[in-house]
Amino acid sequence: MSTKKVDIIFDAGCAVYDVLDKGLAMPKDDVINEIINSGLKGRGGAGFPTGLKWKFAAAEQADKKYIICNADEGEPGTFKDREILTKVPQKVFVGMALCSHATGAEEGYIYLRGEYNYMLKELQEKIDIFNNQLQQRGVNFTIKIKSGSGAYVCGEETALMESMEGKRGEPRNKPPFPTVAGYNAKPTIINNVETFVYTTMIVRMGANDFKSLGTADSSGSKVFSVSGDTPNAGIFELELGMKLNDFVDEWGDGDTKAVQVGGASGHCVPRKNFGETVIGFEGIPTGGSMMIFNSSRSMYNVLKNYLEFFVEESCGQCTPCRVGCQQLLKGIELIKKGDRKPSYLDDLKKLAESMKISAKCGLGQSVANPFISIIDNFKEEIIY
Amino acid sequence: MSNTENLIKELVEKHGKCRNSLMAVLQGVVAKEKYLSEDAMKKVAEHMDVSAADVYGTASFYTFLDTVPRGRNVIRVCQTISCDMAGKDEIIEALEATLKIKVGETTHDGNFSLLVANCMGWCHMGPVMLINDDVYTELTPQKAMEALEKYVVSTNN
Ligand SMILES: Cc1cc2nc3c(=O)[nH]c(=O)nc-3n(C[C@H](O)[C@H](O)[C@H](O)COP(=O)(O)O)c2cc1C
Ligand code: SF4
Ligand code: FES
Repeated sequence: MSTKKVDIIFDAGCAVYDVLDKGLAMPKDDVINEIINSGLKGRGGAGFPTGLKWKFAAAEQADKKYIICNADEGEPGTFKDREILTKVPQKVFVGMALCSHATGAEEGYIYLRGEYNYMLKELQEKIDIFNNQLQQRGVNFTIKIKSGSGAYVCGEETALMESMEGKRGEPRNKPPFPTVAGYNAKPTIINNVETFVYTTMIVRMGANDFKSLGTADSSGSKVFSVSGDTPNAGIFELELGMKLNDFVDEWGDGDTKAVQVGGASGHCVPRKNFGETVIGFEGIPTGGSMMIFNSSRSMYNVLKNYLEFFVEESCGQCTPCRVGCQQLLKGIELIKKGDRKPSYLDDLKKLAESMKISAKCGLGQSVANPFISIIDNFKEEIIY
Repeated sequence: MSNTENLIKELVEKHGKCRNSLMAVLQGVVAKEKYLSEDAMKKVAEHMDVSAADVYGTASFYTFLDTVPRGRNVIRVCQTISCDMAGKDEIIEALEATLKIKVGETTHDGNFSLLVANCMGWCHMGPVMLINDDVYTELTPQKAMEALEKYVVSTNN
């Protein structure tokens, strides 16, 4: 077996306005059903079925609905949305317009992280052209950009909406979910950049062609961002459901000891598990980040770097995450220095596990992923 | 009216006097002045008709909305793992030595502030830094020094 490269997202031969016209000519329900049938799940990390999200939003009665494209891309090791917005932004816009057609939302926003300000001008020019095209077609939908200002947690959908409302990016309680009460408390469909491109391409190619790729739980393909100890770093679109072994055979440097799948908030897989690990929603899901570590790397440094990241990026709103992240970081430092017994790691593990169930949002809930997978597999490196 | 207040007035007119525009207005001030002074935040509050505490609350949440004075050019070196493995320490050391400041500080002439920040979305091309909005990838100490030169010249003009 090997990994299978796919060329859907960056396919330059796609006439985007033809897809737009095709989709606009379809009844709303047909668009939604096509997306549901494709089995497409969100590419931003959480993996909620996209067609269902659109269906829920379409069913809401409201004087206003919004569409948001999540271009906050803050997960360490992820850089594919930047590339998509640079190379094929029209496909993103078409996906948003099709979503508007399907759900009745008339205002669309791209929430672009502040780190990508350098592309603002060009992106705005392309949006202006697209908005104009929509107007010519008599479509009542416009896209605007809102910028972030350097906060990872604002990638979380409700924090993002708070930020768009000019507030601190503190996640809200769910429910209500955004499809019921999102931006300005109106029904809101929020999808990742890559997700919108796939909706465009599913309308173009049909659900069945899309589904012919991937597995039952993880249909289609996905754009991966590969970094770390690899001779071939970069962005690759691959069929979902691959074995990590096959991935490492192709991207490793021959000395791979672990792969962090899904960024800082993802899971660390040690070499001994490469063979049994499936990349997809039935195995380890990922927003696309694949960070490769070879045997020269200290997994203590890796974990410490991740924890420092979470300490800085925690919004501080809930205690389990605010204090938990700090204590996990302090804890491994104390063990390393010999100021705590190695058995203290078990206490820290319990803390991480309790954060998983008590933290308010996905940030605090997911700290246990890297923490437990790294200390379970590389205990010696953490202690000595 | 001070320059800052004029700027704020313009920004509020452009983006609309509406709570949802607060980020855009604050971003506009930082783009010009590099940070939000207490005075600027009070003026934003006045012109947008929200409380000053609210403005400060929002501003203080975001890494890129600085509330302490910064130099005319803000350098942010990525400190996250892929850039760390690619050698970000060496870049920071070289910048510290050249600018004669530590991370977090501003040069005496007020031209550069040196900061670190988290993953910037160029992990396959580390080490990476931003100077203002500009991105510099695959840095070596040499390339980092060359990047600085651009900003020295432009302020002497
Ligand atoms: C801390 C945190 C950060 C997140 N960052 C992003 C992000 O940068 N981009 C993104 O698309 N989704 C991000 N998400 C997931 C979003 O909350 C949301 O699920 C997603 O945008 C939905 O789009 P999708 O269904 O198309 O994936 C993040 C979630 C959490 C908890
Ligand atoms: S889990 Fe962390 S980031 Fe999420 S709300 Fe709580 S403190 Fe904020
Ligand atoms: S780790 Fe430095 S840009 Fe992502």
